[in-house]
Amino acid sequence: MNYLEFEKPIEELQTQLEKIQEAAAKSGMDVSKITSEMEEKIKEARTKIYGNLTPWQRVQVSRHPDRPYTLAYIDYITEGTFMELHGDRTVKDDKAMVGGFGSIDGKTVMFIGQQKGINTKMRQIRNFGMPNPEGYRKALRLMKLAEKFNKPIVTLIDTPGAFPGLEAEERGQGEAIARNLLEMSQLKVPVICIVIGEGASGGALGIGIGDKVLMLENTWYSVISPESCSSILWRNWNNKERAAEALKLTPNDMLGNKLIDGIVPEPIGGAHTNHEETFKIVKDVILKNLAQLEKLDPKKRVAQRIDKFCAMGVVNEEEL
Amino acid sequence: MSWFKRIKEGITTSTKEKKETPEGLWYKCPSCKKISPTNEHAQNKYVCLNEECHYHEKIGSAEYFEILFDNNEFIELNDNLTAGDPLEFVDTKKYTDRLVDTAKKTNLKDALRTGHGKVEGEDLVIACMDFSFIGGSMGSVVGEKIARACDYCIENRIPLMIISKSGGARMMEAAFSLMQMAKTAAKLSLMSEAKVPYISFLTDPTTGGVTASYAMLGDLNIAEPQALIGFAGPRVVKETIGKDLPKGFQTSEFVLEHGFLDKIINRKELKAKLAQLLRMFKN
Repeated sequence: MNYLEFEKPIEELQTQLEKIQEAAAKSGMDVSKITSEMEEKIKEARTKIYGNLTPWQRVQVSRHPDRPYTLAYIDYITEGTFMELHGDRTVKDDKAMVGGFGSIDGKTVMFIGQQKGINTKMRQIRNFGMPNPEGYRKALRLMKLAEKFNKPIVTLIDTPGAFPGLEAEERGQGEAIARNLLEMSQLKVPVICIVIGEGASGGALGIGIGDKVLMLENTWYSVISPESCSSILWRNWNNKERAAEALKLTPNDMLGNKLIDGIVPEPIGGAHTNHEETFKIVKDVILKNLAQLEKLDPKKRVAQRIDKFCAMGVVNEEEL
Repeated sequence: MSWFKRIKEGITTSTKEKKETPEGLWYKCPSCKKISPTNEHAQNKYVCLNEECHYHEKIGSAEYFEILFDNNEFIELNDNLTAGDPLEFVDTKKYTDRLVDTAKKTNLKDALRTGHGKVEGEDLVIACMDFSFIGGSMGSVVGEKIARACDYCIENRIPLMIISKSGGARMMEAAFSLMQMAKTAAKLSLMSEAKVPYISFLTDPTTGGVTASYAMLGDLNIAEPQALIGFAGPRVVKETIGKDLPKGFQTSEFVLEHGFLDKIINRKELKAKLAQLLRMFKN
């Protein structure tokens, strides 16, 4: 288990508990009472800390090394039926973007999402969850495939951004994302997008145009990461906490500003403390929203989706 | 040796008779350093007079409207929109103060103006960005004006041209500005369904969220020569790869070579070629 700076009180309690259990195992003493007391204390500490996260702390939780990534969600939700499909049919297979069919309770769904690596080697192969243009084109190809066979689409968003590399520019990173925005707004099948970790800018939005856009409780979504925002506006990285506040990037802020449709709760202490519980919650949310969206006529669904995004923004209109 | 010797002492021109050179009479090309008279440079559509250089000076909406619309006549659309400050954003200064200061300095209301006029007699709506307004950044006003221009074009069946010149999304509007990418792309999908032509004209510079939304979505993507066009800025790409960038990286010519532009058109020929294209779509 890894602990973040502000999780130290939890870590201390956890270490104490482990010591007691170790001692008990050696001596054979009955420690069930003290163990349950300690567990209660840990839960309390978690509730307290996670009830009052600052925006910057939430950003840190969204990047927690023990947090589950896209494929883990899909594998659990589809109960092992996930069939990964590869390649954009043009350049190559981008490992930072995954997708394929899977069934939830017997129903076929197209899953798509950015994938971060689970260890050093995989992080490199997955390019830290930063897709190249091929990734966005693979995602679009799979979405079109789903549309053709009338299967709903679920995207899981978790990326520090679209990859800003030389080849990405050569192969049209901007065009790839732009095309997805346009095509996704016209998809005739239901689309649910869930931010499960980091929702950084165009790289996230490139698979983020949905009938329902949801965010897990400890995630962020904005036009730029707090670090880059700090470096551009204040010319250093020291203002990242301030930038995190100013960007209003938390799920609560995003919902308040009507830029997303809902927040998905996480287990107490964050998704990283209980993966299975998190997956269950997400699965229920997907099923509930799909049932709702499937009732709508496709034309109406598309019109509502477009109207929703077109209503976003705040302008002053002077009387003419 | 006498000619080295000054016969008359002191400067003899009296202050009254001194002639001042008027400010801004000359334009110095930042690329080839050629100096040319400002009025000739303006008549040349702000393109360097040196035939081999052709440097396209950055210009704003006022200049593009004048260059493209017949007799500089057009109806400006939605010029009553100004930016809100939904996030009460403060960086080194308050966003509201920044808006007021920029408006005063530039005489603009935001980073995009839309006008309906005629180009060689052909109806066209032009949405043109102004780089001088907070780096041509795309916030809610830019998104809303483009969205409304699309509605107007669909309703009246008039082609749309967006002239992009922008550093990307406006950070002071954070996620609101991110969603303008979604909003403009969604509206352009309606234009596309309605089969109303949309020409994207990319000028120096077009980067970030603007490239990743409406600038790359034209039925035709056309650029000015030598413009910087990209998603990530060159500095970011350089930091990512840890090497110097190849010469000509992210220029219009580079982007055309890689297949993302239909054409590069010199500003001096823009109006004629644009009118020709509009007639081709129509007839």
